[in-house]
Amino acid sequence: MAPKLVDLGFMDARSKVLDVAAFLDRLQRHGQAADYRVQALRDVLPLLLDNQPDRVRRILEALSDPTLEPIPAATIQGAFGAYQKPEPARP
Amino acid sequence: MRYIEPHGHMVSRTTADYEALAHAGCVAICEPAFWAGFDRSSADGFRDYFRQLTEYEPKRAAKFHIQHFTWLCINPKESEDTGLARDVMALIPPLLSCPNVLGIGEIGLNKNSRNELAVLEQHIQIAADHDQLILVHTPHLEDKLKGTRLILDALKNHSRITPERVIIDHVEEHTAPLVLDSGFWAGITLYPESKSTPNRAIDMLELYGSERTWLNSACDWGVSDPLAVPKTALEMRRRGKPATFIDKVLYQNPVRFMSQSPKFHLAE
Repeated sequence: MAPKLVDLGFMDARSKVLDVAAFLDRLQRHGQAADYRVQALRDVLPLLLDNQPDRVRRILEALSDPTLEPIPAATIQGAFGAYQKPEPARP
Repeated sequence: MRYIEPHGHMVSRTTADYEALAHAGCVAICEPAFWAGFDRSSADGFRDYFRQLTEYEPKRAAKFHIQHFTWLCINPKESEDTGLARDVMALIPPLLSCPNVLGIGEIGLNKNSRNELAVLEQHIQIAADHDQLILVHTPHLEDKLKGTRLILDALKNHSRITPERVIIDHVEEHTAPLVLDSGFWAGITLYPESKSTPNRAIDMLELYGSERTWLNSACDWGVSDPLAVPKTALEMRRRGKPATFIDKVLYQNPVRFMSQSPKFHLAE
């Protein structure tokens, strides 16, 4: 018989939700909530509540670079966890 | 419990880690070539690294009755320098006959640049020319989805690459279906923050199947856990998975994939 998954995972999930809440509170308190990564995080939070399946896949896709072509050159080696849209060109 | 660590960067780990892996039931480790945490200044750095992978690490592992296998390449983080990449790739063909070399890896992309893609295609050509298995690294975080698509295109575009001889590693929920639906093997990496947790890995096995999938720790010099695979086995047991399922994913699947290399034999 399948184990009670709520018993196995509830406290861990509760802890992680509280950590996200504390993170957003902390950034707000210190005036750092405007960072594009924070906005990306806020943008995906509604996906947690839409009661549709594949939440993880849809969140990962929303945080991903949507472009298809290779970039001209790699100028850095790291990644940041959320795609930063390029600034629109100035007229 | 018996298991295989199919992706561990043991050159970065202590001998105590080998001991802990042996205590946990690890019988074999497979070590793809990777980035050292800094860019090497010449191909000579790779010459010594490849000697470490093919000569020294097998002896260190053997002290704990663990068999050591390896894969060779220049990793995508250092592939932007195509001159260096060319010099390093020239070192590889003679080393493919070493007894513990299973193939070309971990090749792939990092920032999805044109040079990285060109070096990936050259590695694929080496694998095709020498009939080698391929182990692919997919990019990190926001770069993973795009990189996985580019990698799949590069592999599919080569007429002599067959998907069942390629494992694409570090898949997550948004890339696992792309990889598996194309006929390739998929590796799920258990990392503390990025990549996958044990529970997400088990979810992916439930969602996408366990026929062509393995789990690995990819333990290296960063924050990583060489015992992530046996810890996931415990989580599988807590979730009611039978011992036969755990053995299949953690032992039989890596054996099935790597046995496509004539050099992969496990001691009795």
